[in-house]
Amino acid sequence: MNFSDILTMRHELMLTLLALVVLIIDLNLHNRDKHLIIPITLSLFFIDTLVGFLPADKSVLFGGMYRTNGLLVLMKNILNIGVLIILLQSVTWLKKEENREKISEYFILLFSTLIGMNFMISSGDFLMFYLGLELATIPVAALAAYTHHQTKSAEAGIKLLLTSALSSGILLFGISLIYGSTGSIYFDTITELYKNSPMQVLAFIFFFTGMAFKLSLVPFHLWTADVYEGAPINVTSYLSVISKGAAAFILIIVMFTVFNTIAPVYNHILYLIAIITMTVGNLFALRQKNMKRFLAFSSIAQAGFILLGILGGNVMGMTSVIYFVLVYIFSNLGAFGVVSAISTVTGKESMDDYDGLYATNPRLSLLMMLALFSLAGIPPVAGFFGKFFLFASAASAGYYWLVFIAVLNATISLYYYLLVVKAMFINKNETPLAYFKSDLATRVGLILSGIGIFILGFWSQIYEVINSLSFGIIH
Amino acid sequence: MADYTYTLLIPLIPFFVFLLLGLTGHKMKPVVSGLIGTSGLGIAAILAYTTAFKYFWAGHVAGAAYTSLKAFEISWLHLTDKLTIHMGILIDPISVMMLVVITTVSLMVHIYSIGYMKGDPGFYRFFSFLSLFSFSMLGLVLATNIFQMYIFWELVGVSSFLLIGYYYDKPSAVAASKKAFIVTRFADLGFLIGILMLSFNTGTFDFQTLTDPHGPAITQAAGAAFMGMSVLTWSLIFIFVGGAGKSAMFPFHIWLPDAMEGPTPVSALIHAATMVVAGVYLVARLFPVFALGAPDALHVVAWIGGFSSLFAAVIACTQTDIKRVLAFSTMSQIGYMMLALGVSGFGGEEGLGFMASNFHLFTHAMFKALLFLGAGAVIHAVHSNEITDMGGLRKHLPITHITFLIACLTIAGIPPLSGFFSKDEILVAAFHANKMLFAIEYIVAGLTAFYMFRLYYGIFWGKNTHYHHTPHEAPKVMTIPLMILAFGSVFAGFLPFKDLVTSDGKAFESAIDYWIAVPSVLIGVVGILIATIMYKKETAIPDKVAGTLKHLYKWAHRKFYMDEVYLFVTRKIIFRYISVPLAWFDRHIVDGTMNGIAGITQYAAYSIKGLQSGKLQQYAFVFISGTIILVLIFVYLV
Repeated sequence: MNFSDILTMRHELMLTLLALVVLIIDLNLHNRDKHLIIPITLSLFFIDTLVGFLPADKSVLFGGMYRTNGLLVLMKNILNIGVLIILLQSVTWLKKEENREKISEYFILLFSTLIGMNFMISSGDFLMFYLGLELATIPVAALAAYTHHQTKSAEAGIKLLLTSALSSGILLFGISLIYGSTGSIYFDTITELYKNSPMQVLAFIFFFTGMAFKLSLVPFHLWTADVYEGAPINVTSYLSVISKGAAAFILIIVMFTVFNTIAPVYNHILYLIAIITMTVGNLFALRQKNMKRFLAFSSIAQAGFILLGILGGNVMGMTSVIYFVLVYIFSNLGAFGVVSAISTVTGKESMDDYDGLYATNPRLSLLMMLALFSLAGIPPVAGFFGKFFLFASAASAGYYWLVFIAVLNATISLYYYLLVVKAMFINKNETPLAYFKSDLATRVGLILSGIGIFILGFWSQIYEVINSLSFGIIH
Repeated sequence: MADYTYTLLIPLIPFFVFLLLGLTGHKMKPVVSGLIGTSGLGIAAILAYTTAFKYFWAGHVAGAAYTSLKAFEISWLHLTDKLTIHMGILIDPISVMMLVVITTVSLMVHIYSIGYMKGDPGFYRFFSFLSLFSFSMLGLVLATNIFQMYIFWELVGVSSFLLIGYYYDKPSAVAASKKAFIVTRFADLGFLIGILMLSFNTGTFDFQTLTDPHGPAITQAAGAAFMGMSVLTWSLIFIFVGGAGKSAMFPFHIWLPDAMEGPTPVSALIHAATMVVAGVYLVARLFPVFALGAPDALHVVAWIGGFSSLFAAVIACTQTDIKRVLAFSTMSQIGYMMLALGVSGFGGEEGLGFMASNFHLFTHAMFKALLFLGAGAVIHAVHSNEITDMGGLRKHLPITHITFLIACLTIAGIPPLSGFFSKDEILVAAFHANKMLFAIEYIVAGLTAFYMFRLYYGIFWGKNTHYHHTPHEAPKVMTIPLMILAFGSVFAGFLPFKDLVTSDGKAFESAIDYWIAVPSVLIGVVGILIATIMYKKETAIPDKVAGTLKHLYKWAHRKFYMDEVYLFVTRKIIFRYISVPLAWFDRHIVDGTMNGIAGITQYAAYSIKGLQSGKLQQYAFVFISGTIILVLIFVYLV
């Protein structure tokens, strides 16, 4: 392993190093100085994010177990930026008295799952893939139980652990069937040997349900409500944004590069799941009054839209999924950021508490409005193009009815996103939440997500860059 | 070619005003935020007038056709080599005309609102929403391509949602803004589908390419037939659905009366002059494609327009909320405009309907904004929307009274006020195209005069209502816009629209056809007279006369029993057998369907709640069942 190989694996290696450094610093700090970990880690992670943007070549390591190219690096960078924003938004919450002793835990667990996701994205065989999957999942369960003195948080952790064990089991069963039918665990070999035999379809379905669990597609989504509600808000934000974004990335890579030969079969499955997921997610989100649950359920519906791009099955489909996830990350982090800022300072999480927010906190409300417009897909905010490209790619593959149902669902979703906007801007309230000033880190995190939503909507080069990179993957 | 790049400022100024007020308005004194909003719009209006003068007169060679030109364009999203989305500014007769309409009415509404909204806690918020709306609407009319138009179309929808829902005192207002939003959203769905079909079929979004009479869009793009009509026709019908939603055409009109829950200046801006005519503008914008490529779609436009105008006029006769009367009246007048487009041909005198429609759009914007603002002044004075709470206000509100009367005469089509000219052109166009539609429009003209004067007498004459506080005339800041708009309503009819706004840009000649004009004025006068007999006299005859001329009085009081005849005709026949069933149909069938959709969604959301029980075993069960079902379907069945 020479220097260029290290550079190739820099995302994973630097994160590992970072996690270790945080651990060591934590060991050597006195209890009252623990808060120093926060600025140190943030600056180190910021450097890591920057290093991630160094140019990278296409390359393969460990005899094909690990591979990388421009597109995969881009995906990792997108995740890094998202995590950076979440870390910034968590600062106020981490500084609270009850979290002081466990600050480093938060960072180490979070970085571990990120390492796992990076390995999954770069995996060239199912072994690496599975290791990455477990590394990405188990620490999240610990994170969900972070405030374990609260019953709900502990319950969230144990529920996530048990259900993900179930899904991992089924996924592993699928992988073993794949190995049994093709005699290989390497993606390249499997692609050549994969045909339409019942056993291989069965194996694919097992694999897919495991991924559907991560993406919280209906009916594999039931864990989400309890876990999202019980986990601390910043962990929920991480779960529903970064974790899901990564799962979407990985799903599309695997679908397009490994299982592309059975696309005619999996397209039927995706078609069905997409409709169910969009509709059920929307119906649940309609009724939510708790902002955390509301955003969580709306993110289920959003995941349904991602499947449209996969169904597109062409370069445009891949580009549109990546672009959508990028937009989704920024928009959702904007919304979660506001909810988190408000919940950390005031402890309020109900939609009714947002009545008349604009009168007291106009900047927070405007950002929230921007983020919700983006999630709802109102032009010209970024989210509109995210959805538009997904619809266009599905339409180009001839799925007109699916696009119609998706547009219908987007219309319904607009209704409940606007309920929040209405609460903030229109509803009268005798005692709206008092004005408060967030600290610097939170504000930077919020501003970053706001800028992201804006830039993505108005700067089309980003789409073209993703498009050119995607072109390399699918011939 | 003259340089029009500066027109970019016309939409941008309101946008920056919106940002300024939205971010820093809460720190300003209310008056300051009002003045900033008003002066921003004032500058935009001056620029719009300059543009109009330059385009129509100063920079134009006499006798030449008006061409459309792009003042500014950037490539915004480059998707593929074929498909690139642009953002720009299109200058042509109708967009310049709309610039004038929007900036004028918006400016008037801004000035008026300084008085009307005085003391409201959200004063700056109101002005920032107004600016946002003006920006979206200006962006809509200046769009160079249909995609850009759609973007601003949605922005218009959102900002109007914010404005309609501005008052949240009454629960009915909550329902109203929801309803407006949901109904127009579903119509917009049609618009989006139409855009996708049209652009897929023609390979372009660009208006200039689309509407070029000799271009490929019109000559070659009819497309395969689907259910008896070409794909082009279908796509235009879908686009028209979007337009019908925004313009409150039957059966998408149900949101308009309810939207009256918003502040009255908002109704003047949105529901009289700008947003509701967006649908007319959309059809006018794509008119060459409609007229030359898909005449079938144009027939749909004509009949929907004609039916809506009659339907709304009949209902307007039965309403007692003065803003609702005006709302139905707007729907009826927009029906006129749609009908005029629908019966029009392309080029020269054939395009009379096109010209008439835009002409009527222009004059209607003036007098309907005036009516709404006048109604606002009345509501401001008596604190009620109900006509039964009013009466005898002409003494208390002299300026409002005179300007309101002018507007009523204008809408009734009395010469030489502007409404006469534009309505007459529409009737001529309808006469040459379809006698049935022509007959409908004649009836509507009479009904219009009748219900407007019923309103007028009910507010300003009629019984002498006792008010708790003596109503007083609105402050100058509110009456001056009324006077300016009254001036516009009187004289706008003399604008030479035949030379300026035509389907192919070339001027054409047509004289007033007295065989149509005279009866149309007469029918208007008859409508006014009937209203006068029925609504003015109730308290106008002094008791003295009654005492001395007992028998004559009895007859006179009974209006020579004509009243009973009219009452019988109107109440017993029109009201009971036409208006009431129509209103019932409107409320129960059309509304009910829309409400039903919402109800089913809520019910479905409630009934799947049981799935989310919190029990882990159940989650695992569902997970495994899902997997097994997928396996069963795809391994064994497919």
